[in-house]
Amino acid sequence: MTIAVLALQGAFLEHEQMLERLEVDYFEIRKKSDLKRSFDGLILPGGESTAMGKLLQELKMMDDLKEQIEQDMPVLGTCAGMILLAKEFSNDANTYFATMPICVRRNAYGRQLGSFETRGTFADSTDIPMIFIRAPYMEAVYEGTRALSVVNEKIVAAQYKNQVVTSFHPELTGDITVHQHFLNLI
Amino acid sequence: MERYSLNKQLAQMLKGGVIMDVTTPEQARIAEQAGACAVMALERIPADIRAAGGVSRMSDPKMIRGIQEAVTIPVMAKVRIGHFAEAQILEAIEIDYIDESEVLSPADDVYHINKRKFNVPFVCGAKDLGEALRRINEGASMIRTKGEPGTGDIVQAVRHMRKMNGEIKRLVSMEEDELYHTAKELQVPYELVQYVHENEKLPVVNFAAGGVATPADAALMMQLGAEGVFVGSGIFKSGDPAKRAAAIVKAVTNYSDAKLLAELSEDLGEAMVGINENEIQLLMAERGN
Repeated sequence: MTIAVLALQGAFLEHEQMLERLEVDYFEIRKKSDLKRSFDGLILPGGESTAMGKLLQELKMMDDLKEQIEQDMPVLGTCAGMILLAKEFSNDANTYFATMPICVRRNAYGRQLGSFETRGTFADSTDIPMIFIRAPYMEAVYEGTRALSVVNEKIVAAQYKNQVVTSFHPELTGDITVHQHFLNLI
Repeated sequence: MERYSLNKQLAQMLKGGVIMDVTTPEQARIAEQAGACAVMALERIPADIRAAGGVSRMSDPKMIRGIQEAVTIPVMAKVRIGHFAEAQILEAIEIDYIDESEVLSPADDVYHINKRKFNVPFVCGAKDLGEALRRINEGASMIRTKGEPGTGDIVQAVRHMRKMNGEIKRLVSMEEDELYHTAKELQVPYELVQYVHENEKLPVVNFAAGGVATPADAALMMQLGAEGVFVGSGIFKSGDPAKRAAAIVKAVTNYSDAKLLAELSEDLGEAMVGINENEIQLLMAERGN
């Protein structure tokens, strides 16, 4: 099993360290020629979604990756990664891959002073650590999408077929629950 | 403690990105469109501060708010070294990151701000490892090289990054017994020295800043180990800011792909004119220690 990690900007190294811990092979996607390699799953890390979106377009990788996601490539999007996958935003008109039927609120908890840490339930796992950094949350999930975590009445993790998204950053904690859930899709 | 760790983690999200100086909401939008991972809101970019002379202070909060409203990416702003009241004001308008910066006129020639008292994160400049660790001890959750702002000359940023890397390597190679003495020399707690010894890096994210003007400059700093890049005067003092900004963003992502860097460096229009190190009257990097 080999995972591709989108390494355009943001906290991709932290995902790679998590994969190393789980003894899973991975490589980085930084440019179009990297997409020639075959992979079994894709991670879209945290960072700035506008920066990643711009780079995906300019480096001509958007269409190719979108097609693979639509053809059931398992994908994990954390924070900015969730924004890249969302079909709809309640406070923005721009979309990126737009492959997941969810409505996301960007910077939903406000600025950095609104960032926080908590513990919550993810799918069948209770009490996992969750770190929210200028995070988005989902205002609605549409047909076929299952909410995996709800924190303070907001949906903060969800799954639609092969796509798993979290508002929080599992790569910043030592907890492997979310990565394990994603790898089980492969 | 939880707040400090969240603040260090925000810096982790900025890695591999470019933080651009902007003076208007319009420039902030250009920067965001070009792929900046954050913007630094200030009334005058360093090159103009240098040209104008006089005392340089925190920007008007109204101007900063205008920029906060214009973009969704994090907004940073500068305060004078040691000016904790300016920092309180920026915290009150919910800035995402405060830069306690040598670009502005220092307000205190002995003490830096006690950054541990604040909930908002701070980034500080450093010329060497000791300075970086002293700032971290005071509560900085991100470090950048000082470089020499507003010059378009990369030599000082390179010097500071190489110095820091060299000192980190030296620390790593030391016997554990020797770390106590090094802590004393660097004027920092033993725990910070021990962290660097064990992890071979700073305990916070480290960006390059001061003098970056071209995609090649950005790639140079990334290859020297910077985790991202600040570009101050280099963008909006150049002929085609939008194009240059986008090129620098791409150069930071693919910093070791020379073929792509060659394409990115084509037709960027005029770079900022720049001043050589030996022509400068005022060395901003000497401010603060």
